[in-house]
Amino acid sequence: MRYIGKKFLTLIIALLLISIVVFLAFSILPADASIAKLGQNATPERIAALRAEMGLDRPVLVQYWSWLTAAIRGDFGTSYQYTGTSVASLVGGRLGTSAVLSLISFVMVVVISIPVGIFGAKRRSVPGRAAMTTLVHITMGVPSFFLGILITYLFSLVLKWFTIGKYVPPAEDLSASISYLVFPAIAIALPKIAMTVKFLVSSIRAELHKDYVRTAYAKGCSRNGVFYGHVLKNSLVPVITFLGIIIAEIVAGSIVVEKVFSVPGIGLLLVTAISNRDYPVVEAVVLLIAVVVIVVNFLVDVIYQIIDPRVKL
Amino acid sequence: MKHFVTFWLVIAIVTAAALTVYGGTSTDNEASNSVVVGISQDIDSLDPHNAEYAGTREVLFNLFEGLVKATSDGNIEPAVAQSYEVAEDASSISFTIREGITFHDGTPVTAEDIQYSLERYAQIQGSESAFADFKELEIAEDGTVTVILNEPNTEFIYELTCAILPKANEENVNSSPIGTGPFKYVSFKPGESLVVEKYENYWKEGFPYLDQVTFKVETDVDAAINQLNAGTLDIYQYLTADQAATLNDHFNILEGSVNYVQGMFLNNAVKPFDDVRVRQAVYYAVDRDLINEFLFAGKSHIIGTNMIPAAEFYYNADTETTYTHDPQKAKELLAEAGYPDGFEFTITVPNNYAPHEGTAQIIAESLAEVGIKANINLVEFNTWYSDAYVDRNYEATVVAVDGKLAPNSWFAKNISTAPNNFTNYSNPEFDEVFEKALAEIDLDQKAEYYKQLQQILADDAASIYVQDPANLVAVNADLEGYVFYPISAQDMSVVKFID
Repeated sequence: MRYIGKKFLTLIIALLLISIVVFLAFSILPADASIAKLGQNATPERIAALRAEMGLDRPVLVQYWSWLTAAIRGDFGTSYQYTGTSVASLVGGRLGTSAVLSLISFVMVVVISIPVGIFGAKRRSVPGRAAMTTLVHITMGVPSFFLGILITYLFSLVLKWFTIGKYVPPAEDLSASISYLVFPAIAIALPKIAMTVKFLVSSIRAELHKDYVRTAYAKGCSRNGVFYGHVLKNSLVPVITFLGIIIAEIVAGSIVVEKVFSVPGIGLLLVTAISNRDYPVVEAVVLLIAVVVIVVNFLVDVIYQIIDPRVKL
Repeated sequence: MKHFVTFWLVIAIVTAAALTVYGGTSTDNEASNSVVVGISQDIDSLDPHNAEYAGTREVLFNLFEGLVKATSDGNIEPAVAQSYEVAEDASSISFTIREGITFHDGTPVTAEDIQYSLERYAQIQGSESAFADFKELEIAEDGTVTVILNEPNTEFIYELTCAILPKANEENVNSSPIGTGPFKYVSFKPGESLVVEKYENYWKEGFPYLDQVTFKVETDVDAAINQLNAGTLDIYQYLTADQAATLNDHFNILEGSVNYVQGMFLNNAVKPFDDVRVRQAVYYAVDRDLINEFLFAGKSHIIGTNMIPAAEFYYNADTETTYTHDPQKAKELLAEAGYPDGFEFTITVPNNYAPHEGTAQIIAESLAEVGIKANINLVEFNTWYSDAYVDRNYEATVVAVDGKLAPNSWFAKNISTAPNNFTNYSNPEFDEVFEKALAEIDLDQKAEYYKQLQQILADDAASIYVQDPANLVAVNADLEGYVFYPISAQDMSVVKFID
């Protein structure tokens, strides 16, 4: 219980710091939301009027304080860019998409990389290992956005398995949504799968050389018995931490991939909001991502303890 | 081993099955008489009076109309009004409201709605805008309305293309906008799409043809091209020749122009560009045809002044040949101005339109031939806006400027005292002719003055005007009727499926 309290406090402090950093970054950037919105048609008079309307004419600290006090009450304000649209509805409308996309990517990573990793670790033949390592390294090195372009070309334009751009939000039709999101998910997941496989293989190999394995064999345990009963369980412990990091990377990786596949998730929203200097939206999205990362880390710690009771929280 | 083969097979079969059911049904648009238009810029507001982006005005053109509206040949026609009459001294314009015209919710357009709309627009635009001449709206008993101006203005009629909105919808103008245009609002997802459908009681008989139009935001051109090829998008604008060439044969590529004056704008207040001879030398050194050939396969219109050729009646085509590509002459002028060995300067280029960077590079190459060293500084558009445009802190910049239907809108930026005179251009003769042009009632004489203004800008080499860039539009080959406007407008009411 004390642990949870401590974690919660860390969460609050981290969010506070992040919100300050985002705010400061914005006050350093040239041009503000009023200029971004008015564009070439702006006159100094209209800029001044819009600044006053948006509250940008106030001192930076006052702006931050009024944002913070509202945010604590759960009010993230309205978007500077889309007149009259609340940040909550803007982010909320896209949350489902990003959540489903991240989830599919993550499931792919777990479901594929663990069996492949075990398979790879058990391979003893030299050419087999070499082939595996090469494949893993190539996949790891390909950036997601490039994979995205290849996947779009192959599956949409050549095979016509899906129609690029014909995306349906999960709220409207979950199965149609998932069958579209599978493709961007592949683009996000492939490099992560390769990383996880590599990590798992080395973790298992390190474990295989430990004394207790020899002891188990000496006791007369079968090869598979030792492997699945002892080695695998122990080698998966560090992999869980690794998967925690992977979740954060999936969220970050989706920003670029969403653009390639024209999926309107929060990543795409963040990119647009930054270039429009739409501060309230950026602040909300960044904090949301931060919450996800911190909560995932917390869950990893908890799972860690369940698997390995020696670990004290 | 066996497990893994089975595992992969299952994954492959499940995904394939899910996808064959879902995929491959992209060409159902014709049956539903609907079209998806890809737009390269986000929609910033549904409120036509507050919408700033050219891309937004392009789309909202289909939902809203003013007392008058723009036609594709650069004129205006009555819209919410049935007819209009400009007073002889150009100090007022009276309108007869179109009989039976209704808003999208079915309520009739009243004089009060018009009054409300004009006052609202005037207030939003502010006292420095072209709309500042609006004084009030007089409502006569017989239902005619008269726009009274603060001072005579022969071009004010063009401003009255501003949208007429129902007063009763004030609260919901952002969430469910109502206008009188050919299409009415259905739904909007910020950053994603705007869906509109046919307004059955539109005043122009027989229009629009389409039942539904979706404007889908796709800011990434490569993604847009994929979607055109996949059949998700039917129409997409602003392609370059290379991009258009990658489309499949189910598209017609229509050639129009962007209606921008693109070029290298010079800060006339900084050395050495404060010397007219230097500016002329730069003009002689730049090879405009090369830029056009390289970036637009020769499809752009080469210009020599701050006006677009589409404004035929006012356009001075002589300015196109005021300067030719003549490096020798450039060197002579440089020597005369005291720069026999050239000089070094920086071209600031915003990142909002890809051809700007290419233009800057070709210009830099051309200038190197006459000994001028140009450095290119690529900046984000918003940075460009605050540094170069507002603070005028730059030497040269490759951008495009736009204008409106009113011819004066193309020249007001060059008035020495204009708040947006970002090139710091100053020529008393220009200011004087501009005043005359604005006040002139006789159209032919007015056009004469405007042509004179264009020649002054060319002779002064105020900036290096390069081209009105080609606008290549991909249009689904099943569609016909797409037209170009000299303003920001994509008119979907005239587009239809070929029978």
